[in-house]
Formats: sequence, C-alpha cells, structure tokens
Amino acid sequence: MTRFSLRMAAAGLAGLALAASLSPASAAGQVEPPRFNWSWAGVFGTFDRAQLQRGFQVYKEVCAACHGLELVSFRNLAQPGGPGFSTAQAAQIAADWIHKVREIGDDGQPAERTPRLADRIPGPFPNKKAAEAASGGKAPPDLSLMPKARTYERGFPRFLFDIVTLYQETGADYVKAFLTGYEDGHEVPPGTHYNKYYPGNAVAMPNVLQDGQVTYSDGSPQTAKQYAADVTAFLMWTAEPHMEQRKRIGFQVILFLLVLGGLVYFTKKKVWKDVEGHA
Amino acid sequence: MQGHSHYTPTSGIGKWMDSRLPVPRLVYDSFIAYPVPKNLNYFYTFGAILSFMLVSQIITGVVLAMHYTAHVDLAFNSVEKIMRDVNYGWMIRYLHSNGASMFFIAVYIHIFRGLYYGSYKAPREVLWILGVIIYLLMMATAFLGYVLPWGQMSLWGAVVITNLFSAIPLVGPTIVEFLWGGYSVDQPTLNRFFSLHYLLPFMIAGVVVLHVWALHVTGQNNPTGVEVKDVKKDTVPFTPYATIKDAVGLVFFLVFFMWFAFFQPNYLGHAVNYVPADPLVTPPHIVPEWYFLPFYAILRAITFDINLIIFTIPSKLGGVLAMFAAIAVLAFLPWLDTSKVKSSAYRPLHKQFFWAFVVVCVMLGWLGSKPAEYPYTVLSLIFTGLYFAYFLVVLPLLGLFETPRQLPASIADAVLGKNRGAAPVTAGAAAAPQTKG
Repeated sequence: MTRFSLRMAAAGLAGLALAASLSPASAAGQVEPPRFNWSWAGVFGTFDRAQLQRGFQVYKEVCAACHGLELVSFRNLAQPGGPGFSTAQAAQIAADWIHKVREIGDDGQPAERTPRLADRIPGPFPNKKAAEAASGGKAPPDLSLMPKARTYERGFPRFLFDIVTLYQETGADYVKAFLTGYEDGHEVPPGTHYNKYYPGNAVAMPNVLQDGQVTYSDGSPQTAKQYAADVTAFLMWTAEPHMEQRKRIGFQVILFLLVLGGLVYFTKKKVWKDVEGHA
Repeated sequence: MQGHSHYTPTSGIGKWMDSRLPVPRLVYDSFIAYPVPKNLNYFYTFGAILSFMLVSQIITGVVLAMHYTAHVDLAFNSVEKIMRDVNYGWMIRYLHSNGASMFFIAVYIHIFRGLYYGSYKAPREVLWILGVIIYLLMMATAFLGYVLPWGQMSLWGAVVITNLFSAIPLVGPTIVEFLWGGYSVDQPTLNRFFSLHYLLPFMIAGVVVLHVWALHVTGQNNPTGVEVKDVKKDTVPFTPYATIKDAVGLVFFLVFFMWFAFFQPNYLGHAVNYVPADPLVTPPHIVPEWYFLPFYAILRAITFDINLIIFTIPSKLGGVLAMFAAIAVLAFLPWLDTSKVKSSAYRPLHKQFFWAFVVVCVMLGWLGSKPAEYPYTVLSLIFTGLYFAYFLVVLPLLGLFETPRQLPASIADAVLGKNRGAAPVTAGAAAAPQTKG
C-alpha cells in the first residue's frame, strides 16, 4: 500500500466514524445496559458453581412460576461444566420439582407423574394455549436460550474491538440489567410495566425480584441485584451448557495451531532459502 | 503452462495404472510438478485456504445433517439437541456456522487479490468467470443454510429474499410460489432448502474442479502481472514450494477461524436467531448475514421508480435489478478493464481507485446493516453509484488515460529487484506493448 492509498483508507475509516456518529440512537428508547464482570468471560472463564446453584434456586422459586426451561433436562444439572450438583442431588431436584410431567396415561387419559432425572424440566403450563390464556394472550418466552437470544447494539467501532477483547457478554448484561431495570412513575399502556432497558420500555412482565425474596443458604447477599446476576449466570449456562469445554478445547486448539504454524513457517523458510530473491 | 508431462512411473503398479487410468500422472502434473511463479505472495495462498474451507464445510455439514430434522416444528430443537446432546455437536455446529463466514472472508480476500493484480485479464477470463459462478453458488448455499436452524432471522430472511423474485414482471408471483412450494415460507420451503443446501456444495466442488483446471491451463498470475517467460527462471515446482507456503497461510488462517469458532462463536450471527421462528412476529430489523450486507444496501438503495419514458421500472424491481447487476458486472470485468497492464503495482492510478473501491464496499456493508431510513438510503444510493462507477466508468477509462510504470522484463528480473521503482514510462515509450496506445 502506498502512502496515498493509506490516506485513502484512513479517509474512508474517518468517513465511517463520522457516519456512525451521525446515526440516530438505535432501537427507540433503549438504554445501554451496564457491563458486569461475569466469571465466565474471556479465554479462561468458567462458571461459578455456587452462583449457578443460586441462580437455579432463583429460577425455581421465582421464574418457573411463568417461564419454562424446555431445552434443559434434570440430568444436565449434574453434568460437568454446570452447576455441579451430584447425580443424587439432581434426582432429588427432579422428584421435588414444582411442576409435574404431563403425559398420556396407559388408560389414554391425560396424566401427571413425578419427573425423573432423564426428563426435561417441566414448565408451568401444559401447552402454549394454556400459557397464553394465563398470561394475557402472550405466552411468557422459554428461558433456555435467553442470554444468547438477547443483545444490544454495540455499534462502530466498538464491535471491532470486541473481537480482540472478547466481550461476548452483551446478552447476559442485557438480561441482568432488564431484571433490575423496572422503574415507577412512568406512563405506560395498561397491562405493561416500565423497564428502562427493554426496547420500547413497556413490557408485560412485572418486576419480580425483590430484596430478601429468595433465601440463600451460602450467605450471599439476598438482594434483587444478586438474584438477577445469579439467575442470569444460570441461564447463560442453560443457553451454552458446554461453554467451559468449548473454551478449554479452544485454548488447546489455538496453542497447537500456533506451534504448528511456527514449525511450518520455518520449514517454509528452509525450503525457499535457495530460491533467488527469498531470504 | 500445462505443457509436456514429466511424470515417469517407477513401480510396476504405477506403470500398469498409467497406461489405464493415469490418475497418479494427473496428480503429479497438477500438484507436484506444476510450475508456479516464484514471486507469489501470501495473498495467493487463499485458493488453497478456500479449498480447505469447502472440504471442511462439507464434512461438518454431512455430520450435522445426520442429526438435523427439516421440519418447522422440530428444526430449531434438533439444532439445540446437536448443541447439547450430540458428542461435540456444539463444536461441529460452530465450526460449520463460523466456517461459512470464514469461507466468505477468504473468498473476499481472494476476489480483491484478483482485482488488485488484474488476474481476470486475458488469458484468464474463463478462470475468472468460473470464480464468479462459484461465488454466486456460495451465496445461494449460505443463504439456504442460514434458513435451516429455523430461528426468527432464518424465517424472516427467507421471507425477504424469496419475495425479491416477486418483483419480476408477469411471472414473479408464480416464481415465488414455486420457490416456497406453497403460499408462504413454510414446511415445503424448509424441506427443499435443506435438500438444495446439501446439493449446492457439490456443484461448487464441480465448478472448483473447472476453476483449478482453467488455472492450470493458463498458469497463475503473479504480483507483477508479467507472464512466465522462462519456466526455469521464473517458476518453482508446486511441491514443495507452493505446498509449504499454502500450509503456512492455512495454519494462520485457522488460528483466526478458531478464535471465532471457540471464543466468540455467536459474534458473527444474530441473537434473534436463537428465538424460534414465529410467522406472526416480525423482528424489528431483518438483516442478512454480514457477507451479504453490501448487496443488501444496493437492493435497498433504489427507493424510487425509474421512469424510462416508454415504461417505468418500479422501485422494488429496480433494487432487485441493481443487486443482481452488482454481481453480474463482475463477470464482464475482463472486458470492462481496458488496461493492458495487469498488476496494480505498475498502475499508480488504478491502485488508488482500487483502495477507494474497497472503502466503497465496506461502506455499503455498513449501510446494509442500518435501517432503511434517512440518511442511510441516500448514502446507499451514492455508494451504489460509486460501486458501479468503478466497473463502468473508472476501469474502461483508466486503461486509456493512465500511464503505467515500466514493467520488469520478467518475473525473475522482478524478484532480483531489477527495474524496481523505475520511473513511469515517458511519452516516447508509450508505444510499448504494456501500455495502451
């Protein structure tokens, strides 16, 4: 690249930056969620087992009243890289679960039975129609993938820096901010609630997390903020249950490739050393 | 450059095979003895990288297809089952989904490399057009594949793109219903998209064979754009020289690929595609994958009817025509560029226009990600104009007015540094064959 073309490229980038700064605010009224220091962020990030267990408790005692977790089975609670329950604990959790497994009994009539380890975690409603009828016409969304299914716009040039800094927790930051983003004193349509972080601000879901609502046994602060962080961490795990394995293998893969790349590069140098014009 | 084959089978089996089906001879001539210019830089390793990516996509794709269910009620959860319950399924899926993006990153570098060094010029026109066909097939394959997980963006992307064909006069609606297999994007659409997504990669592989064949007939272009004059002095055998260099390029490309696949596997996708498809809920922004964004911007740039006195092109059709023309114009490139000098290294003006064109493409990509509203629509129109101006105005005229630098006498001379940085040819030398008289 000549100096001139460098200048052209710089001019182009400057134009891009200018255009970005001119752009109107993204999705109407959406406030950017604050960044939170998640334990699983970065190359070596892992889930905090105690946090996932607390988050599961919050899901069970609060969220599960309305939201399903249909992609997760009880057995998953005991698998490596998760909340770290033992198989016996997971089986006990299944046996004590607040909702029953709904199926067709041997007599051909709808029946209910106690969940087992192999079952998907039963949700609060027998079907979508029942969920809609109980929730004002719109079924509460399943939570299995929530932190991966939500995000906020990073915009130029931050989305480029995110590649290097590995900021991949936009969804988790949004979910946590959303759960604590309710505010009083705003005019919203009936049947909705004002949430600072929800796009459009009027959301059907009410503020559900109150300080002291869930009793933790490990001495963690029993605040709405803590509940929000814990349940978000738990949902991140349900959305990406093999994340720890992924990051571990990824590190090994990249380390291997870098060593291999070095070896191949010096082999190439040796092969080419007798070709004129090549050092 | 194909020339005489120097393959001499040594073993008995080799001789027996050579007189019946000379596959070893083909491999030897194509990938061992095949002479490549000795001055190829690392931008020339992307052909090998692309071959690797095609094979990688086919292998991961075949495994995914073993676990995927092409049904509107089951597709989303079958993909989640791959992510959760299939052994290393998450890895295979992330390699495949990120692999698509990496395939496009590699192909864009490959294409811009061709633009910079004039690799589309005679005698490589057919080679170039085959490349454009591969690119077109790649876009179709990637689009079809993105529909399969049946998330919100899968469904609504399919709705938007298939609806483009409805702009075609008279037969448009019929074509759209034919594509859908019904009256909306639904089960028949998903099923046929899966079928076609499995078919097209093998068609790509077929055209790749022709592409490589054409390459081996004409020989590779090189950063000087000067053709090989003396095979002994100007070239080195493919193996070990090009093989090992391709390996270096590939390994470092893989580092980049793996960084995405393992540490930010969802960075290049859309969060909303983790919401199951719902025909009753339209997402606020329907945006294609990043590699389609420049064309999406061109599609949406035409927001007005074009009045051609005898008839009027409605804005929708205008956008569709502009988008397809943006790809089709590539196929005519060998005849639009009038310069006889291939490489931009010896074309001082073209070098600047080339980088300006790169900036235009990046800007179009950025505009494609923005909502269709002021000021983006106006900017899209301006940059669409600049995009076409590069092909239809700049390249035809530049060859007539540009004074190229003195070309080296041969590749070997260029490698040895002769004529490097030579002054532009004077008016008296303009009759030289490398300039347009």
